[in-house]
Amino acid sequence: MSSAGETGVLERSAGTRDPALPLIFELSKAGRRAWSLPEAQEEAPSLDDLIPPEHRRASPPRLPEVSERDLVRHFTRLSQRNWAIDVGAYPLGSCTMKYNPKVAEDAAAMPGFSLLHPHCDDGLVQGALEMLGILERALCDATGMARITFQPAAGAQGEMTGLLMMRAFHRDRGEDRKRVIIPDSAHGTNPASVALAGFRAHEVASNSDGLVDLDALEKALDTDVAGLMLTNPNTLGLFERDIEKIAAAVHKVGGLLYYDGANFNSIVGVVRPGDMGFDIVHLNLHKTFATPHGGGGPGSGPLAVSQRLERFLPSPVLEFDSGAERWSWNHDRPDSIGRIHSFHGNFGINVRAYAYLRSLGPEGLRRIAEYAVLNANYLRVLIEDAFPTAYPGICMHEFVSSAKPLRKHGVRAMDVAKRLIDLGYHPPTVYFPLVVEEALMVEPTETESLETIKGLGEALVQISGEAASDPELLHQAPQSTPVRRPDEARAARDLRLRWTPE
Amino acid sequence: MDFLPHTTEDVAEMLRAIGLPSVDALFEGIPASVRVGRSLEVPPALSEPELLSHMRELASRSKGAGDLACFAGGGAYDHHVPSAVRALASRAEFATSYTPYQPELSQGVLQAVFEFQSLICELFGLEVANASLYDGASALAEAVNLAVRVTGKERVVVGSTVNPNYIDVLRTYSSGLGLNIEVLPYGDDGTAKWDSADLEGTAAAVVASPNVFGRLEEVQGVAEAAHGAGGLCICVTDPTAMGILRSPGEAGADVAVAEGHALGNPMAYGGPYVGLFATKLELVRQVPGRIAGETVDADGKRAYVLTLQAREQHIRRAKATSNVCTNQTLMAIAAAVHLSWLGPQGLARLGEICIRNTAQVAARLAEIPGCTIRFDGPRFKELVLETPADASKLIRGLARRGFLAGPALGRWYPDLANCLLIAVTERRTEQDIAGLTEAIEKELTEQ
Repeated sequence: MSSAGETGVLERSAGTRDPALPLIFELSKAGRRAWSLPEAQEEAPSLDDLIPPEHRRASPPRLPEVSERDLVRHFTRLSQRNWAIDVGAYPLGSCTMKYNPKVAEDAAAMPGFSLLHPHCDDGLVQGALEMLGILERALCDATGMARITFQPAAGAQGEMTGLLMMRAFHRDRGEDRKRVIIPDSAHGTNPASVALAGFRAHEVASNSDGLVDLDALEKALDTDVAGLMLTNPNTLGLFERDIEKIAAAVHKVGGLLYYDGANFNSIVGVVRPGDMGFDIVHLNLHKTFATPHGGGGPGSGPLAVSQRLERFLPSPVLEFDSGAERWSWNHDRPDSIGRIHSFHGNFGINVRAYAYLRSLGPEGLRRIAEYAVLNANYLRVLIEDAFPTAYPGICMHEFVSSAKPLRKHGVRAMDVAKRLIDLGYHPPTVYFPLVVEEALMVEPTETESLETIKGLGEALVQISGEAASDPELLHQAPQSTPVRRPDEARAARDLRLRWTPE
Repeated sequence: MDFLPHTTEDVAEMLRAIGLPSVDALFEGIPASVRVGRSLEVPPALSEPELLSHMRELASRSKGAGDLACFAGGGAYDHHVPSAVRALASRAEFATSYTPYQPELSQGVLQAVFEFQSLICELFGLEVANASLYDGASALAEAVNLAVRVTGKERVVVGSTVNPNYIDVLRTYSSGLGLNIEVLPYGDDGTAKWDSADLEGTAAAVVASPNVFGRLEEVQGVAEAAHGAGGLCICVTDPTAMGILRSPGEAGADVAVAEGHALGNPMAYGGPYVGLFATKLELVRQVPGRIAGETVDADGKRAYVLTLQAREQHIRRAKATSNVCTNQTLMAIAAAVHLSWLGPQGLARLGEICIRNTAQVAARLAEIPGCTIRFDGPRFKELVLETPADASKLIRGLARRGFLAGPALGRWYPDLANCLLIAVTERRTEQDIAGLTEAIEKELTEQ
């Protein structure tokens, strides 16, 4: 009944199924080489004259010795055993895996971006700095903020940067506030960043609608609260419609509002965090701005702030002298929290985000939000009977369903995910957010087509039927992948974290 | 140009299924009072050819190692990126994949990360490496946080010869936790004065070798002193030196951290780079970030997963070892390919070229009237040049003559006002070296 599916390609790729691929070390043969490097300068002093024995390595590192052909085939085969957005849909809730345009890769590879030295004189890189300047203005307008730092390399680093700025803001006013409030549905990075920034995370429960409980929030608020961290829409895919009241309550006790931009893709061009009352905003450019996520990174987590926080930004800050028509980095920032990155952040990713932004323009940006929300709601209604939505009604860019009804057949959310792989789809996020039992968190993104979403919906409905008729089929899934379910408990117990010679 | 697949009919069909009259109706839950109500002030959309010509125009007003012979250092270096590395690391199956949460669909990335960890352990002579951190600076900050957790102490002694940008990031990271970061001065030989350091009550001693001046430091002595005082030794190092130089593990360091961009990733104005992090097995449960591990699948076949996740933020939340979630996996994969391309002999050759050619550049520059090479002693791929001229001005003059050099050291070290860094990689030819020498001579005489 369902779908040709999309995961079959992993299975069909030549030479990739069996047996398990060797490690690159297991291909090594003494004397083979792929490297090609010149000799050192002939008249240069010898190594022995330059490096005394106590600084020399006793034995060489056991790196593999392979030919270039071995090397290329090995990593090509590895790549063929991997799901990717270029292979098929990736409906991981909260992760926003949308299509990454190829033109952005070409732009980032231009020597005038990819070969720049980060310490070089500002005068040499006016084009690159102008690009960052235009990107900053556009992102400031999209978020309703005044200034941006591009140093944070990912969202979590943006969070920490924003929280340290929050701390600097209060200290500047002579206040040593200790707590930051976060909802119980927040991403794990929020409480972890709060702790690293020296605050205590104060979690408040959601109400029965899945939203911030205003009464609980009011009770938690006092002058010891440095601020509130919020994703809006939240991780349940629901828009916090009381956001103005929330902001007013936090501001009333002197706290700041931090906007976690993980879900910004669902409101870009529709609502601005600044207009909702937020003071600090991080963006995950690999989400809203479609930069490739590289199997877990790189990301880029620029942090935007309102005027009153501007002087605490990480140093240096980009400036434009309109008289001299010159861009430069200003390092003279006495109130800055300091650096957060070795250089200027993930510049190459920011080039890609810029190319995407210029490709879309204002109307295109708004359509991201419109179609992300449209696609999520379409999928939601397709599967609602089989997998009830935790909080019914219109959702934003994602929604959280529950596999709880299948538990009576002995089937868990993880079994649904694994069976979905056999039917040709990458699974949604499972068991998050923690506030929903047997959570399936689904985010199709705006770049998936009607046909793909329909196929995914049909596959999920089929699985709910199979849970009753043949639960073993689900427990045994997946069957079609290069490996079947790995023993994760064994991995954590019997630690094998690197290759060693037999 | 957008990248959306929907036809008008598709949108109508989806709205019908949802039971709403329009796309706007999907947003009715958002109060009108907070809606933006206008188009964003973003430049208008460009077609693909228009976009590329715009990007080319911006890129043409930025000069780097494509236009100038690059002798610049200070934490970023113009190393060769092998064609095979670029081709493999840019494969979309790696580049456009997500964090490997579903191991059955992610064996490629997981095995590549496992191989990366194995290679980093080999380089640094240690037993555990993670799947990468953001950059060298954040790797150092995370290592210090590990030491603080392990020892329960809050004092950290850092050599002033650690890259000052890393020290700056460390100060920023540690400000929240209220750590006491003390910077140890350097001596006449350009190495930190570890002999005079008081390490009592320290969580960690942070030593760089090669250091920011290119000089090698005595890591073993620092490690012994740190251990004697009940603390850890963190060594900031350079992976491209590991074919020749003693590894941090051999010298007794507990944690090795490094910037790894030189392994297969272009300079790209400072990012995306890759933070390398390795330590001893006994500290594995304190390691920040993701770790890939080997196990078996339901059929007993070898398989890879993300493991020891109980350390991480998505499980432990406020009690996690770090807040890191996204790391730099694609850069780590490039590093794994690059190290496999090099093998032990290639890595040794790379190190030999850096060391010997840097020595040769030092000898040439020392002959220029007025020029001094500061800080005698063994060095890796960088040197400190002192001239009678203002260093920033000299660097700008050299750029006009086709050479990238620097950074000027005055902003980092006020006592080195007329000094700059010169770095020499395997990409610099005899002609480049002769040209740089001549350009410096001319700049000094013609100014």
